[in-house]
Amino acid sequence: MTAPTESLKPVCDAEIAEAVIWAAEKARRIEVRGAGSKAMVGRPIGADLVLDVSALTGVVDYAPAELVLTARAGTTLAEVEALLAGARQMLAFEPMDFGPLLGGPAGAATLGGVIASNASGPRRLKDGAARDHFLGFQAVSGRGEAFKAGGKVVKNVTGYDLSKLMAGSWGTLSVLTEVTLKVLPRPQTCATLVLPGLSDAEAVRAMSLAVGSPADVSGAAHLPAGVAARAALPKALQAGSATALRLEGFGPSVAARARSLAESLATFGAAAVLDAPETQAFWAHVRDVRAFVGDERPVWRISAPPMAGPAIVAAIRAETACEAYYDWAGGLVWLAVPRAPDAWAAVVRKGGGAVGGHATLIRAPAEVRAAVAVFEPEPPALAALTRRVKASFDPLNLLGPGRLFADAP
Amino acid sequence: MKMPAPDPKTLARRGEIARAMAAIVPGEGVITDAESLRAYESDGLTAYRQSPLLVVLPQTTAQVSQILKWCGENHVRIVPRGAGTSLSGGALPLEDGILLGMARFNRVLEIDYDNRCCVVQPGVTNLAITRAVEDAGFYYAPDPSSQIACSIGGNVAENSGGVHCLKYGLTTNNVLGVELVLMTGEVVRLGGKHLDAAGYDLLGVMVGSEGLLAVVTEVTVRILPKPATLRALLLGFATVEAGGQCVADIIGAGIIPAGMEMMDRPAIHAAEAFVHVGYPLDVEALLIVELDGPEAECSHLLDAVMAIAQACGAVTARASGSEAERLAFWAGRKAAFPAVGRISPDYYCMDGTIPRRRLPEVLTRMRALSEHHGLGVANVFHAGDGNLHPLILYDANQPGQLERAEAFGADILRLCVEVGGVLTGEHGVGVEKRDLMPEMFSPVDLAHQQRLKCAFDPDLLLNPGKVFPTLHRCAELGRVHVHAGRTAFPDLPRF
Repeated sequence: MTAPTESLKPVCDAEIAEAVIWAAEKARRIEVRGAGSKAMVGRPIGADLVLDVSALTGVVDYAPAELVLTARAGTTLAEVEALLAGARQMLAFEPMDFGPLLGGPAGAATLGGVIASNASGPRRLKDGAARDHFLGFQAVSGRGEAFKAGGKVVKNVTGYDLSKLMAGSWGTLSVLTEVTLKVLPRPQTCATLVLPGLSDAEAVRAMSLAVGSPADVSGAAHLPAGVAARAALPKALQAGSATALRLEGFGPSVAARARSLAESLATFGAAAVLDAPETQAFWAHVRDVRAFVGDERPVWRISAPPMAGPAIVAAIRAETACEAYYDWAGGLVWLAVPRAPDAWAAVVRKGGGAVGGHATLIRAPAEVRAAVAVFEPEPPALAALTRRVKASFDPLNLLGPGRLFADAP
Repeated sequence: MKMPAPDPKTLARRGEIARAMAAIVPGEGVITDAESLRAYESDGLTAYRQSPLLVVLPQTTAQVSQILKWCGENHVRIVPRGAGTSLSGGALPLEDGILLGMARFNRVLEIDYDNRCCVVQPGVTNLAITRAVEDAGFYYAPDPSSQIACSIGGNVAENSGGVHCLKYGLTTNNVLGVELVLMTGEVVRLGGKHLDAAGYDLLGVMVGSEGLLAVVTEVTVRILPKPATLRALLLGFATVEAGGQCVADIIGAGIIPAGMEMMDRPAIHAAEAFVHVGYPLDVEALLIVELDGPEAECSHLLDAVMAIAQACGAVTARASGSEAERLAFWAGRKAAFPAVGRISPDYYCMDGTIPRRRLPEVLTRMRALSEHHGLGVANVFHAGDGNLHPLILYDANQPGQLERAEAFGADILRLCVEVGGVLTGEHGVGVEKRDLMPEMFSPVDLAHQQRLKCAFDPDLLLNPGKVFPTLHRCAELGRVHVHAGRTAFPDLPRF
């Protein structure tokens, strides 16, 4: 595996198309890169051409009352979020920042990278993922052709929903050049109820009751003892485990829901309450997996039915000394495992596969990512369909070949 | 409406095809007599009719798999159908195609309150899901107006919406997983009870694919806890501009109502004459704003919306004081289509979406189009998300009126695209808007969509003639044009 030898920094769609056509003729493998904050995710592809889209910048259109924002794909998330904050709006899917977890700086990510990784945060539980807010795009496919799909309005079913396909495709189908996103009002205030001392199993039970209640919970995370000690929590709550439930909205509504939710969870003990600044700090920490920043352990991200989270972790813990915490009411497990040549892939996947979830190796040295399946392996019929879909956009397999799966895409 | 030319070989093999299907689906699962086939000759878009070659009504995934495999090997076309309520002709049969009716897939397979989801067969109606879980305090959020009849499989095919989708999303935002069958007969599962399916988001493209990619045989949907309180406001405005400003100001204040519906003067008058719920008749725009959540939130927001409405010059502003009054506010809006049906022998329902700020201009130009085509139009509007439903009034018994209604409708949709909107917000392209697709997409855009179809169905056997104005063969679409040695860029381009 050799390092990329060439780098191109196009400034418009036509130049990107030109670069892809050139790569096709020369049989070059392309790595599409925004800020590079997630370049360490996926199988190493040994690209020989980096297509750096970070010069495609700028907000093209933003009309707050329409709840729609269009920006060039290289625009930074930080710039977009600052603009939205000025109009008291936000990206409701609460994109996580992979930067620090992967050893890079915070706040570097581009909008295109956020979409290409379908990066979502704790509010995904209630408001959906990046893919749910991704309305339309312009891109250059692996055929070197500029095309568009979707629209610039919040409700649209015209043609196939190719936006969904691009979200989470990790730069392997097309080079996104412009994206249109749905935006939503920023909550006026927020608070968090924290239940201390619950076991993992008790915690998912409590979170299930909370999310299934009319309290409109917008974040539900459980940090076992040890992880809670490193969380952005007041000292008194760092001693044991912490089960956190976030409420957001208008002041009177948040206050009323906090009261009724605390009452309905009384059997799980008395809840402490985090105020708005504490709430923001706590959930940013959960969102960006700060608990695992700064060490060298491989990190897995497991998506599973929420109630299955603790059993999956217990099965893995029986095999190795792992550390885990839960977001999405138990449905998202962040798991750190001891260093090993296969990052304990077989053990991790045995647990999740049984209940229909999937595991992604988010952080590991390149040699480990080259050796094991980083993304959940697919059954044969689905794997074949995946290859055909990849080929329909990128028939010459130029874009991130092998980043998702060893046998092509 | 030009549909793909029937294959004479298939037409000649009808008896053999029926026997093959009967071997797969025994009993009364195959319909061949002309009288019974007539029940399937159109869907909710009744202007187009075509009797299918025959109808097959499978009951198991294994049967669907065998049917599709047989049809794939024998090159026989298939049109899937749920409850047949599509307003865009998505289930319009083909003369040489098997109509695959999914109505017998009608069981709720699993209700999982702990994980907040429901696993159902595709023939289960939208409303039946809510009925199955409401006693436990849950519901299924997307609520197309046909929800009493439409099936969840059809909702997946069309990515159906409803009046609550600004806040709660369309079908695509509420489906967690599907089991599907490809034309090869292969059975594939996408997603499940977890969030974010692994790999490419094929679930995301299946939803809204209008029956062109695969046949869905099982659906996992997320269910939500029912809000504690519902309140509604009825707001009347002297101008469309004032009503539009009120909508923008509500959203500008950070409020996303559960529903926000607007009606124009003709729609208000038709609805009031039909249901007599006390709609003001002296206004140009009527807005229904529904708020949901805990009591404390609803009363807080009710006051906020009332103040915004008054600042926008509302001439009528009433808040529901009881559940009966809330339902009365909605009664006229929910009866708008039949109400228009009373004042006109026929009506044609359109479905464009526009950027909301362009509403006054669009309505003005629509009035000019109305005069030009000599047909009336009444408008109901999902005001929160900009989804416009113009109802064109015509009389099919008057020669030429249907054609004029269609021409008027096409002009309206072109107008939607011209102002930055789209051809369809929730009804789908189907056959109805198929030939308008080039208004919104270039040939290159459409080719990228069609190649996805080829990845699923390379012989174009599933629901051909829908969505795409031209059927290109997959081999032709897949060709790559690399001009090796003749390139304009012999060296690495430097930008």
